[in-house]
Amino acid sequence: MPKTKEEDEFRVETWISLPSKGSAGNTGLWRTFRPVINHDKCTRCEICILYCPEPCITIDTEDPSHKKGKIIIDYDFCKGCGICANECPQKCIAMVKETEFVKEDE
Amino acid sequence: MVTTKEILSSPEPILPGHAACAGCSSSLGLRYALKALGENVIMTIPACCTSVWQGPYPKSAITVPVLNIAFAAAASSASGVSAALEAKGKTDTTVLAWAGDGGSVDIGLATISGAAERNDNMIYVTYSNESYSNTGVQKSGATPPGARTTTTPFGRIGSPKNIALIMWTHHLPYVATACTSYPRDFIGKLRKAQQMKGFKFIYLLAPCAVGWRFPAEKTIEVGKLAVETGAHILWEAVDGDIELSPLSKKYRDPAKRKPLEEYLKYQGRYKGISKELVEAYQKYIDYQWSIITSLADIKK
Repeated sequence: MPKTKEEDEFRVETWISLPSKGSAGNTGLWRTFRPVINHDKCTRCEICILYCPEPCITIDTEDPSHKKGKIIIDYDFCKGCGICANECPQKCIAMVKETEFVKEDE
Repeated sequence: MVTTKEILSSPEPILPGHAACAGCSSSLGLRYALKALGENVIMTIPACCTSVWQGPYPKSAITVPVLNIAFAAAASSASGVSAALEAKGKTDTTVLAWAGDGGSVDIGLATISGAAERNDNMIYVTYSNESYSNTGVQKSGATPPGARTTTTPFGRIGSPKNIALIMWTHHLPYVATACTSYPRDFIGKLRKAQQMKGFKFIYLLAPCAVGWRFPAEKTIEVGKLAVETGAHILWEAVDGDIELSPLSKKYRDPAKRKPLEEYLKYQGRYKGISKELVEAYQKYIDYQWSIITSLADIKK
């Protein structure tokens, strides 16, 4: 005789974490150097997206500035590890000290 | 081989804002792994860096179901998950056990060996940063000769265990080594493993900026140097037949390898280490190469 659903399902009640952005908060606050892209030099090869461990780099394909779009870094979560700047074949990502943006942010 | 475009076009399985250190290659490795395996995956993670950086309750950075389990139990819990899936007739779900080197080489060795011997259907990935980095960089069974950790302040004496070869002796359908700096190679190997049934093992070298003491931006570069100097050999064994991966094939000739110093010079863990220990590391590497190349000549 087939089991009913209640009999068949063995349930364990436990804490379940749900996927969400910023599981450790706004990790961009950890950053001491900010990656800044020179969009004129950038060829949109997307190597930075491939190697971003966060991953907080995306490409906006609808941006009119270039036929392939525009590379965007999410500074809310970027920890400033600098892998993108180190791996960029065009060397068009500069690591700039966060203190230089203090006035701008205010 | 998988193209870079294909990797980039798949949805992101890791959400930004997780608790990994800046430049962490284990988050990079898991990102590639889940991109390779798709969304229909159940993971088991023992105590390791990933169990920390996936985020505190009630949030998680990983978009697939994860079972967090005790240190030694990654493989045994994955066995249970795969048995339950089989009983329910869900054959299309991949079970991925994702453990660090401490959880596989030392603490979890008994359970991983048991699961391998039973040939339970799962992919087991050991991401190795060659130390217990999560708890403050202590020596693990995978720490290479001469490396300084907090428990080996003058450099590690003796040789590490070669977990990939230990698993190879279990007669598994698939064993491979990979490195986070070569995502195309790693994803290709995972996809190959996904097509097979049984216990598949992949040893993934994951350079750790904190534990190895190099600047975070050099993570990819250091991983590439590990392969180019021959310190980490990329190979795969389908049904027991060992074959060098295309990336490592040319380094079979020692003259083509970069000098080991180039790999070590970025790493603070090798700063001030005696010449004898560095020579012992070189000897260990040469010995590993002779083992792998002679095993590669043996065919079933």
